[in-house]
Amino acid sequence: MNKLFERKNRTGPVLFSEYEKGSAVKKALLTDRDDILLEIRESGLRGRGGAGFPVSVKWMLTAAANSPQKFVICNADEGEPGTFKDRVLLSEYPELVLEGMIIAGYTVGARKGIIYLRAEYSYIKDFLQSKIEEMRSDGNLGKNICGRKDFDFDISIRLGSGAYVCGEETALIESLEGHRGEPRNRPPFPVNTGYLGFPTVVNNVETLASVPHIINKGGEWYHKFGTGKSSGSKLFSVSGDCRYPGVYELQWGITIKELLDLCGAENTKAVQIGGASGICIPESEFSRQISFEDASTGGSVMVFNKNRKMIDVLQNFMEFFTEESCGQCTPCRIGNVKLLEGVNMIRNNEYSLEYIEKLKELGETMKIASKCGLGQTSPNPFISILNNFKDEIFGMN
Amino acid sequence: MKKELRSPVSQRPFNAENINKTGIGAEVSIELNGKKLRVPLGRSILDICRDNNIHIPTLCYHEDLCIAGNCRMCLVEVEGMKNLQTACSYPVTSPVKIKTFSNKVRKARKHIVDLMLSEHYGECYSCVRNNNCELQRLAREYGIDSYEFGHVCEPRFEVDDSSHAVVRDMDKCILCRRCVRTCIDLQEVGVLEAVNRGYDTKISTFMDTPLNDVICINCGQCINRCPTAALHANDPSDQIWKAIEDPSKHVILQTAPSPRASIGEEFGLPPGNSMTGQLNTAARMIGFDRVFDTNFSADLTIMEEGTELLGRLKKAIVDKDKSVMLPQFTSCSPGWVKFIEHFYPEKLDYLSTAKSPQQMFGAVLKTFYAEESGIDPADIVTVALMPCAAKKFECNRPEMNSSGFKDVDYGLTTREMAKMIREAGLVLPELPKSSFDDPFGEASGAGLIFGSTGGVMEAALRTVYELVTGRPVPFKDLNIEACRGMKGIKEASVKLENCIEEFSFLEGTDLKFIVAHGTANAKVVMDMLIKGELEGYHFVEIMACPGGCIGGGGQPIPTSESIRKLRAKAIYEEDGASAVRKSHENPKIKYIYEKYFTDGPCGKISHKLLHTKYTKRGKFIN
Ligand SMILES: Cc1cc2nc3c(=O)[nH]c(=O)nc-3n(C[C@H](O)[C@H](O)[C@H](O)COP(=O)(O)O)c2cc1C
Ligand code: SF4
Ligand code: SF4
Ligand code: SF4
Ligand code: FES
Repeated sequence: MNKLFERKNRTGPVLFSEYEKGSAVKKALLTDRDDILLEIRESGLRGRGGAGFPVSVKWMLTAAANSPQKFVICNADEGEPGTFKDRVLLSEYPELVLEGMIIAGYTVGARKGIIYLRAEYSYIKDFLQSKIEEMRSDGNLGKNICGRKDFDFDISIRLGSGAYVCGEETALIESLEGHRGEPRNRPPFPVNTGYLGFPTVVNNVETLASVPHIINKGGEWYHKFGTGKSSGSKLFSVSGDCRYPGVYELQWGITIKELLDLCGAENTKAVQIGGASGICIPESEFSRQISFEDASTGGSVMVFNKNRKMIDVLQNFMEFFTEESCGQCTPCRIGNVKLLEGVNMIRNNEYSLEYIEKLKELGETMKIASKCGLGQTSPNPFISILNNFKDEIFGMN
Repeated sequence: MKKELRSPVSQRPFNAENINKTGIGAEVSIELNGKKLRVPLGRSILDICRDNNIHIPTLCYHEDLCIAGNCRMCLVEVEGMKNLQTACSYPVTSPVKIKTFSNKVRKARKHIVDLMLSEHYGECYSCVRNNNCELQRLAREYGIDSYEFGHVCEPRFEVDDSSHAVVRDMDKCILCRRCVRTCIDLQEVGVLEAVNRGYDTKISTFMDTPLNDVICINCGQCINRCPTAALHANDPSDQIWKAIEDPSKHVILQTAPSPRASIGEEFGLPPGNSMTGQLNTAARMIGFDRVFDTNFSADLTIMEEGTELLGRLKKAIVDKDKSVMLPQFTSCSPGWVKFIEHFYPEKLDYLSTAKSPQQMFGAVLKTFYAEESGIDPADIVTVALMPCAAKKFECNRPEMNSSGFKDVDYGLTTREMAKMIREAGLVLPELPKSSFDDPFGEASGAGLIFGSTGGVMEAALRTVYELVTGRPVPFKDLNIEACRGMKGIKEASVKLENCIEEFSFLEGTDLKFIVAHGTANAKVVMDMLIKGELEGYHFVEIMACPGGCIGGGGQPIPTSESIRKLRAKAIYEEDGASAVRKSHENPKIKYIYEKYFTDGPCGKISHKLLHTKYTKRGKFIN
């Protein structure tokens, strides 16, 4: 087998723990749908794609929708800068993801699953496809799964084509339908009007991969990990100035300091939590917890040591958003350009603090006026880096 | 026949079917600015506000189009939601509390206007949409008195004026994508689309090809829905002023029926006020040497097209000629003609060969009129006042020179005529009324109703029925209601009984016809034709623009179904009040056939001057 797809020596409380292939699907299919929903609710599992929406609610709404057809989509577009944990799941633990999809399909009443795989991961496609074939021949995929006459489910793989915004669930659906990858208005949400207009569950790879373990060991067991409000474990993609970058499975609630020690980071000035759209945390706040209620992340943790200039970091993020905005809505399309212009003004020492304040206000508008998460979060680094590194940035010239 | 209205930039409509209504019911209770209301499940906040006379600023929203939700102007507060919500796109499905104004809302909306202005290259005082621009209006509404976030000083794009009909000035584009939705959804042509991402996003044709070289049908519907001057018509008024100034030129204006019904709107009147008499006076005061009524040549079109239809029927029924194409499709809408040339080039034989009234008139003016009045046709300049952008392309078709000259020199839109009137310092509604000039001043009400969808069909039936049976059409007051109204596709039939000798082969025939407007509906009809579902139908009227000419691409902005209905009403009222209601009874028509087209409708002479050929264009461009 290709080395890329060999399981590395990983340990972790949930995802990287022992799992018997096919066991969760078998168990789930002998369970009442409502009981699965209850189990998931008890686990407190929240979406791992970034927004942290409770999985049980999403599934319940889809299950309750009246429709001749429903879909389950696995969001494998992993586009957030500094995130690479879904790749590990897809190439080393594919059965968890696929089984999670089957269980989701069974629970909400969908018969089709789609994996939206980012173009850069196309090398995983054949491998995933072979896993799908394998599950078909094991009777875990296709018609009458596990002998249940009332349940058919199949999974297909579709490739993205390189836009960050296509990771946003409604843009992803547009893209699947063959349109420009642009977010839709919400409401209506995909659980009501999703792929091709049918109720659709969109979940992140990691979210789906957590489901089989919850089915096997129970919601209560899962809930024991983490902080309560943020239950279970989380995969962190750690990158930047540290000795051991990589993917870690840790419980929610770990402090930034603890994580930095684990990955061998020294002389750290700042940590960007949650990717480009996340927040930038200075040393004075390293005791903060990583959790939905404090410093939240879809997985990305970027470490910057004292040799980095924060204005460079900020410029890099703002350039990313200026380019990756889908260009649909006014606040994001033009707003990000204005923020980037502001960064360049600061660099060239051609700014007034008054104007920078005005830009921060604009950033506040972008957060509440943009159509999708991209524009709603893109001012985060602008605001948090300028606020947290005032002295460095405004004293710099 | 219902198709889903949706372009790639619009959201799927909220699907109330998918909702489990138990416990919700068909109505929800909401609170709007503190007022308690019951509203239908799924109705948008914007609609609810409009029902309750609450103003919400909008830009990307347009009544005729599906929802996009991209400009973000219509933001409101919905209690419990962290972010502001767009009123146009938000379907109410639970008992929400909505606030349409608050400091948060005002600030956000102002920021959005600020951002749009920061990259808007253009100056209002040198802009065709000055005083009729939605962006300008919002800038005023939000008290913009400086450029908060800077202002572009250099153009980023080149103006594309390759097309005779539509000019694209993308420096004034605010990317609301109404044009995209118009072109794809309403018209199903699809030459405009957003390309690139982020700041580089722009509206483009395929590979940025000039508009003249793509499959644009020139309908100008995008112009009517563009909130700014980014899209506007190619204006020939400078050349017309020049011709008027030149004493050696005899400048003639022919005026189509629809501009009369709408031009008052350009002068602040509500839609639906007919300005026929005032318009004649204005044209003379501006300096046109003659003002003729296009309705005259509309009557001529009916004579030709009706005769052509009867000829096709005879060939098909009596001669059993299999090569005859039925149903016959009308050909007076130049947007529709270009549409079928591009999309259904193999079906061109179904089109009537009769020219449009505009082109018939041009040919007659530069031949018989020139002869009768003793003016050298080389010195005649013919201007056509039309509700239409596509007429500009039509008069420039190379084949439209059967008089030996360019039959119609300029196509002028209603908006451009209003501009000329204003430039001349005239206030149209205050002018005295006057009549058209002879010899083409008399026209029937049948020619007049050409302006509305179904009008050509109604006019044709009034004549054809009477030619065949010797009796007027069996409808009260000659009003054929089945042809009227704004339904996308209308169909009906009328039985031909007690036919006169010559047409005995039609005895008992149910004359079946279809009327469609907007090329999206035309596509539905054409697809029926291809599937063989139009077997047994005889006549099809198609107008490229929604509503027909009264909704044409040269008409006053804004447009909406309610505005179009009012314009149509004005036209039907004027028809009702006309002395002559049937084309064949127009005395001038009788005269022209006696004097000039001596071998009758569809004869040799008429074929030379009044009929045309079409071009198989296809969808590929090189
Ligand atoms: C700009 C943008 C990009 C996103 N990219 C991804 C992504 O690459 N992968 C992902 O799983 N979710 C992404 N999301 C989040 C999805 O919209 C969605 O919330 C998620 O797929 C839902 O799954 P979950 O509930 O399991 O997290 C993105 C959101 C935004 C706004
Ligand atoms: S916020 Fe940005 S990415 Fe999202 S829809 Fe608007 S322009 Fe597109
Ligand atoms: S398009 Fe509107 S805002 Fe722009 S210059 Fe013209 S009138 Fe002014
Ligand atoms: S050209 Fe006009 S209608 Fe089209 S997107 Fe631009 S502003 Fe909107
Ligand atoms: S009018 Fe609602 S977003 Fe543009």
